[in-house]
Amino acid sequence: MAPKKNAREPTPSAAATTQASSTAPASVPPPVKSSASKNGAANWDQVLQNICNHYVKETPQRIKLIDVFLLFLVAVGALQFLYCVLAGNYPFNAFLSGFSATVGQFVLTISLRVQTNEGNKNEFPGVSPERAFADYVVCSLILHFFCVNFIN
Amino acid sequence: MTAKSQDLLAGVTAPKVRTLLRVVILFFIAGAAVSSRLFSVIRFESIIHEFDPWFNFRATKYLVANGFYKFWDWFDDRTWHPLGRVTGGTLYPGLMVTSGAIYHALRALTIPVDIRNICVLLAPAFSGLTAYATYLLTNEMTTSPSAGLLAAIFMGIAPGYISRSVAGSYDNEAIAIFLLVFTFFLWIKALKLGSMLWGALCALFYGYMVASWGGYAFITCLLPMHALVLICMGRYSTRLYVSYTTWYALGTLASMQIPFVGFLPVKTSEHMPALGIFGFLQLIGFIQYVRSAISGRQFQTFLVTLLVATFGLGLAGLVGLTSLGYIAPWGGRFYSLWDTGYAKIHIPIIASVSEHQPTAWPSFFFDLNFLIWLFPAGVYLCFQNLRDEHVFIVVYAMFGSYFAGVMVRLMLTLTPVVCVAAAIAVSQILDTYLSVKVPIVDETAASSTDSAPKKAKGGLRATEKPNVGIFNNLSKVVVTGAMTIYLLMFVTHCTWVTSNAYSSPSVVLASRLPDGSQHIIDDYREAYQWLRQNTKEDAKIMSWWDYGYQIGGMADRPTLVDNNTWNNTHIATVGKAMSSREEVSYPIMRQHEVDYVLVVFGGLLGYSGDDINKFLWMVRIAEGIWPDEVKERDFFTARGEYKVDHDATETMKNSLMYKMSYYNYNTLFPSGQAVDRVRGVRMPDQGPVLDTVEEAFTSENWIIRIYKVKDLDNVGRDHGAAAAFARGQKKKKIQKKRGARVLRVD
Repeated sequence: MAPKKNAREPTPSAAATTQASSTAPASVPPPVKSSASKNGAANWDQVLQNICNHYVKETPQRIKLIDVFLLFLVAVGALQFLYCVLAGNYPFNAFLSGFSATVGQFVLTISLRVQTNEGNKNEFPGVSPERAFADYVVCSLILHFFCVNFIN
Repeated sequence: MTAKSQDLLAGVTAPKVRTLLRVVILFFIAGAAVSSRLFSVIRFESIIHEFDPWFNFRATKYLVANGFYKFWDWFDDRTWHPLGRVTGGTLYPGLMVTSGAIYHALRALTIPVDIRNICVLLAPAFSGLTAYATYLLTNEMTTSPSAGLLAAIFMGIAPGYISRSVAGSYDNEAIAIFLLVFTFFLWIKALKLGSMLWGALCALFYGYMVASWGGYAFITCLLPMHALVLICMGRYSTRLYVSYTTWYALGTLASMQIPFVGFLPVKTSEHMPALGIFGFLQLIGFIQYVRSAISGRQFQTFLVTLLVATFGLGLAGLVGLTSLGYIAPWGGRFYSLWDTGYAKIHIPIIASVSEHQPTAWPSFFFDLNFLIWLFPAGVYLCFQNLRDEHVFIVVYAMFGSYFAGVMVRLMLTLTPVVCVAAAIAVSQILDTYLSVKVPIVDETAASSTDSAPKKAKGGLRATEKPNVGIFNNLSKVVVTGAMTIYLLMFVTHCTWVTSNAYSSPSVVLASRLPDGSQHIIDDYREAYQWLRQNTKEDAKIMSWWDYGYQIGGMADRPTLVDNNTWNNTHIATVGKAMSSREEVSYPIMRQHEVDYVLVVFGGLLGYSGDDINKFLWMVRIAEGIWPDEVKERDFFTARGEYKVDHDATETMKNSLMYKMSYYNYNTLFPSGQAVDRVRGVRMPDQGPVLDTVEEAFTSENWIIRIYKVKDLDNVGRDHGAAAAFARGQKKKKIQKKRGARVLRVD
């Protein structure tokens, strides 16, 4: 999340131009892009801006909810890692199981997100959203069983 | 054979009947797999084989008697005297827990079965399951109805697998190969469906595998390798992401539940590829997501920056952590996989095990028969329609063959993929040559090739499949006939190899008398039984480590070293005691409270696996710790020969092992006729003299000789003087000897 914020704050003008251009006909963006590719900094702003726009516009509400959970997991994971770096990893069992619980839950939630996404229907012909959620619950139960068992 | 009948019936019968047939055939295959492993039970008896199984058996008995929690916390003070061994934390508990569970389940069903019989028959029972797992795995690879069944029967009777799973061979591999194949099946299934549930199942069976066998690292490295190859081929898909990350996240946690594995998955280099691919997949997943969001030009910049940054950071982090000591560098066993000479130089204890030697090439044919030349054909067929699962077979084949070439015992991990690939090849041949619906196809094919307009109709020429097939009855008969003969020869070969090479318990030996009847040589059990009945409960037995587990299991006496080999120094101590002069050995034995010394001697019977033949390894291992006191060179004659007869060096003749092996051996023969049948040499007339130990027991065929370590002399003489006095020698001579000794010891 950090780079996105950084990118957005210092260059309000670039954001304004892209927002304007996105409403304009499709012929407008290419010159902007080609000019931007010459100097790296502007280009990066552009890229991040586009990603943000795409995300805000294209993502359904339900998936945004999942993303909030993912963000939470990343924050918890980062916090644990920070603690481990700063305060030492003394109960290594506890650190490992806590950290791998967040990582495991993160990848499982990503999997759920991928499987319930409409765009990926053809990748997963056999997986309905309900099935995906059931799988998710079962896998999370297994994950947390192992974590609790390992935590000492 | 089975496939042939299957195909003939296929045209006639309905799908339901075919399913039934399939089930029946699978049951027959399982039956064949089990029964071909019973040679040893029928020939000898229901007995645990070899060395390691004796420890597993002993641990299982402990588990059944004391319950799971005590087993988990088991500290064994009857091995590695005086150190002891934290057995519960240093073993793979899967095997014992499995047989314990079976035992209790049968008890609950009021079927009272002896735990020994469960242990003996566990490996054959699981081989039936392995055949079924191979069937499932092969069915994922091909649509041919016969390939799975062929793979199952190949797996069921291939000697490469039988070598580790005959009845009585109660070792970790007994269940591990089933788990290996089944984990691979679940992985393929998860990858195909992109399903979290299958991924989780794969992780659970992976966890079971970790609990059962140290060879789990093979899976830990193979699955990431498969994923990496897929990514490099540009075949990244969200299915791969889902299945791999689910497997890794759950599987790693599952593997860390085993105390013996513990933190290894995050600390050792062997496990790092899996972690690396896990991180790499996250990155690729993110990149893929971004790609769908932005245009191509921007994406390139994004990609390059991100990749360079991540790889730089990752590499720097790995190198930094390894050099700071957070991640252990590759272990010695791992190095010996790349450089076959490594172990011999640096870790003689590993090199001394015969199954860690590089494979001789005839053993590929010996263990796999005609499968080994069908194997490349099967791999080639996988290349033909290269889907994700076929890539797996290709990757597995590559790694499996390499490792099987490096170490004899890793032939075991190669066997499943050979069976699968060979079954694909055989079924391809049979399907092509046994096609019943020839005449109709023939006509349409002729008409279609004749008609020119079809080409003009459009489409690429490659897309329309030309009707290629074998329509001549003669060629059909010849090829299927040849194939049938090969299959029959395979069965004969497997049966022969199993019955002749792999069905000996090695605890009980068999030989043929001149009249052809069987003669059982039961020296091992005779000697262990003697120990059990004639020695104190806590009498410490010193022997070379090969026999540690057997002494613990059969004689139930504490040992100094055993097959666990976790403490090289302790083994070297025993090696030093065996290879030094008595005057040096005696203090070592006193310090370790040794009561009896056990040596294995095959000279009378011509039994080549005896201690004199292993002696050089004892010397080498001892030399690794005490290079000044034990020197391998001293055991060779001036011409560099390893001799035990007249020409033997003084060091050799004075070593405790030599003396104990040949003590009183010449009295068995008329004067001057003593012959060592293993080395094929005539022994000197004058046998060695023992001062500090006395003969306690020698088995019927002299295979096992047990010596009692003498207590300190009552009047304070040293043992040399006391023994010489008892022999009635003059004192002067002894004084001379003693002077020389004192100089040497100090």
